[in-house]
Amino acid sequence: MSIQRVARCWTRDFRSRISSTRAFQRSRRHQSTGTGTDAPGASLEPPPAGGHLPSVATSKYLSSTREKSLRTPGLTWTDEDDTSPAREVVGGRETRKMNLYQAVRDAMSHALMKDETAVVFGEDVAFGGVFRCTMGLAEEFGQERVFNTPLTEQGIAGFGIGLAAMGHTAIAEIQFADYIYPAFDQIVNEAAKYRYRSGGQFNAGGLTIRTPTMSVGHGGLYHSQSPEGYFMAASGIKIVIPRSPIQAKGLLLKSIRDPNPVIFMEPKILYRSAVEQVPVDDYELPLGKAEVLQKGSDLTLLTWGTPVYQCETALSLLSSPPASLQHVVPESLRGASIEFIDLRTILPWDIDTIVESVQRTGRLVIVHEASKTGGVGAEIGAEVQRKCFLKLAAPVRRITAWDVPTALQYEKFIIPDPIRILDGIMETLTY
Amino acid sequence: MASLTRLRSSLCRLPVFRLPTFSTRIPSFRSLQTSADSTQLQDEASKSQPFVVKLHEDSFRGYLTDPPSLETEVSREMLLDMYQKMTVMRRMEMAADALYRQKLIRGFCHLAIGQEAVSVGLESAISWEDLVITAYRCHPFAVLRGGTIKGVIGELLGRQIGMSHGKGGSMHIFTPRFFGGNGIVGAQVPVGAGLAFAQQYRGQKNATFALYGDGASNQGQVFEAYNMAKLWNLPCVFVCENNKYGMGTSAERSSSNTEYFTRGDKIPGIQANGMDIIACRQAVKFAKEWVTAGKGPLLLEFVTYRYGGHSMSDPGTTYRTREEVQKMRSTQDPIRGLQHYIEQWGLASEEELKKIDKEAKAEVDEAVEEAKKSPEPLEKDLWTDIYYKGTEPPFMRGREREEVHYY
Repeated sequence: MSIQRVARCWTRDFRSRISSTRAFQRSRRHQSTGTGTDAPGASLEPPPAGGHLPSVATSKYLSSTREKSLRTPGLTWTDEDDTSPAREVVGGRETRKMNLYQAVRDAMSHALMKDETAVVFGEDVAFGGVFRCTMGLAEEFGQERVFNTPLTEQGIAGFGIGLAAMGHTAIAEIQFADYIYPAFDQIVNEAAKYRYRSGGQFNAGGLTIRTPTMSVGHGGLYHSQSPEGYFMAASGIKIVIPRSPIQAKGLLLKSIRDPNPVIFMEPKILYRSAVEQVPVDDYELPLGKAEVLQKGSDLTLLTWGTPVYQCETALSLLSSPPASLQHVVPESLRGASIEFIDLRTILPWDIDTIVESVQRTGRLVIVHEASKTGGVGAEIGAEVQRKCFLKLAAPVRRITAWDVPTALQYEKFIIPDPIRILDGIMETLTY
Repeated sequence: MASLTRLRSSLCRLPVFRLPTFSTRIPSFRSLQTSADSTQLQDEASKSQPFVVKLHEDSFRGYLTDPPSLETEVSREMLLDMYQKMTVMRRMEMAADALYRQKLIRGFCHLAIGQEAVSVGLESAISWEDLVITAYRCHPFAVLRGGTIKGVIGELLGRQIGMSHGKGGSMHIFTPRFFGGNGIVGAQVPVGAGLAFAQQYRGQKNATFALYGDGASNQGQVFEAYNMAKLWNLPCVFVCENNKYGMGTSAERSSSNTEYFTRGDKIPGIQANGMDIIACRQAVKFAKEWVTAGKGPLLLEFVTYRYGGHSMSDPGTTYRTREEVQKMRSTQDPIRGLQHYIEQWGLASEEELKKIDKEAKAEVDEAVEEAKKSPEPLEKDLWTDIYYKGTEPPFMRGREREEVHYY
């Protein structure tokens, strides 16, 4: 696509709401949505005219209290079995304030403690890793269980597969999801197919590949990509993307113990900015299960990872638009009942929950940070249109990155922001 | 290619490009002996007791290490067992060849005819606890490491009796101690490093043999695996089966350094005559002792030869002459070489060996018939073994719109 065409697309897409965008940008000059890394002095600015919008720091989907944390839906304590009584009272369990990288570290610590075949390896992990996810693990569990590898992604994946084939628990780190491509062959051809092509004799089920994914605001071409879509066709692996510290710990522990190879992609912008009270005990959250964050009846909004918070902001803009946006958000849409779903597991994706939701709402908007063509949204959209064809009131709408590389200066422009999501929701509601 | 050749020759004519003659690290005035029958008796051959033989003095070359000892102990029983196994392996590969020509085997099929000394020699020098992983020329290893002939032939035919239940095919055959043929050139080598790490982690005194060809040795991930293995001192033997051609390209045309045993940088290496099975066994024994003694990884290059093409679709004569193949067959065949030893040393008569040949043929014929009778995989197995039982998605799509498999 030529740059002129790209520019034309952008212009076309934005012309319809140019006035609202300008108004919004005026109002959000004074706040940060998503990064949580305010520039020094930002607090000296007066609050924006429209009031504060929800961001990662204030998200209602993050559990800031112990009670809420311990009641996380789907949470199972690994020290209890199926026969234990359901926990109505949450007494006796502790939580601790953690950000996402601390929760990931906590999960690996549990995994290493309970499973003596478990090892953690990757580039610089013995020093804590570039995102500090493995801080102190080498000191705690020894250099022979937590060790650095050379800069050799294909080698790391292959090595991990061999280790897993011997029945070990291999927790590999690929430093950035953008670097996973040299390992693509090992993941798709060896890890995913090991069980099938050996008639069930061998498998790489003990392998979990952790890798930071999605945009960071200034990552640019090779540090802000979302490659989950490339692995969609690799039946035999699972892909998991958590949205928060509680989710990260529970899903990572489940991924490590899942008897299939799992790619666990951690949204890197949330490592520090997403903070929750996280249960300190060992617990798991289910794979292959989407979570309905908010029930609704008019439209299903589906996403995973970082855009959960962009969507939350968009929903807030829809229900109570700031003064600057009121003229573009019709009164009739403000009361729309939106069902908001976090997909969590990208492969195999929770088709039942999504289809059941769209059967009720008749509308689906999918938001993801990877570009549109061949993205995960394409697969979900196609399947939903087949299964819900007669119930659909509007075409499935995808709000994604543009089909261009994630260029540094364009990053904010490329990644779906709350305004684009709001626009997509309104368009789908009024189709 | 032709234009490249022209370019090269023109470059060579220019004096500025002419390379100075460096003295290489490896003395190259003597090349490796690849005859299959140059081992000499040292004392009286005995039918009941082990006896000592001496390999040809150019059977090995070493890199950063002394080569293995040339004197080694063999026994009648061992040699006859090797003879029987090599004969059966060749018969099996010939049966696969015939089945392919009958169009009963489809797809990809790579035969190891001519390379039997490597697989049988390797197996004779290792124990059940050692691990082997290789690429696509894998049929003999699969049988020797605990598989069956009918399991291999059945897999090639795509039948239920196959070792991967007919779902893998030629390159995908496994046993509990054989981590498979692998279809991606070089991909098995880092996997082998992982296997070796697991052995080391468990404190086992065992070795992993990660095999690859001269063609695969130019893959980047092979060097990644070398580096990790040396860095962590893994008990991994990287075995290069140099059959002189990577598909249709000779080693000289593909590799800047064809001394494959020297390509591990700081990893020592051994080059061994891959046509004399006694040399193969001795080299593997040396390698296993090396890595289990905690000396870290070792490269082991077998100089061998395949008589057939790279795969069934390659006649194998477009990039080498028929005379070359014929010469190898008639002068350096590993089975004929071993036969020569057995007869010359008076360990068994020609009749006894003929009996082994006959039995091998009968064994393979019987396995082929049994494999042919086995049915094709069940429809439901299209969806089995993708995910661990009980952790599958609720359903998976089938071959047509209405076909959906629910777990």
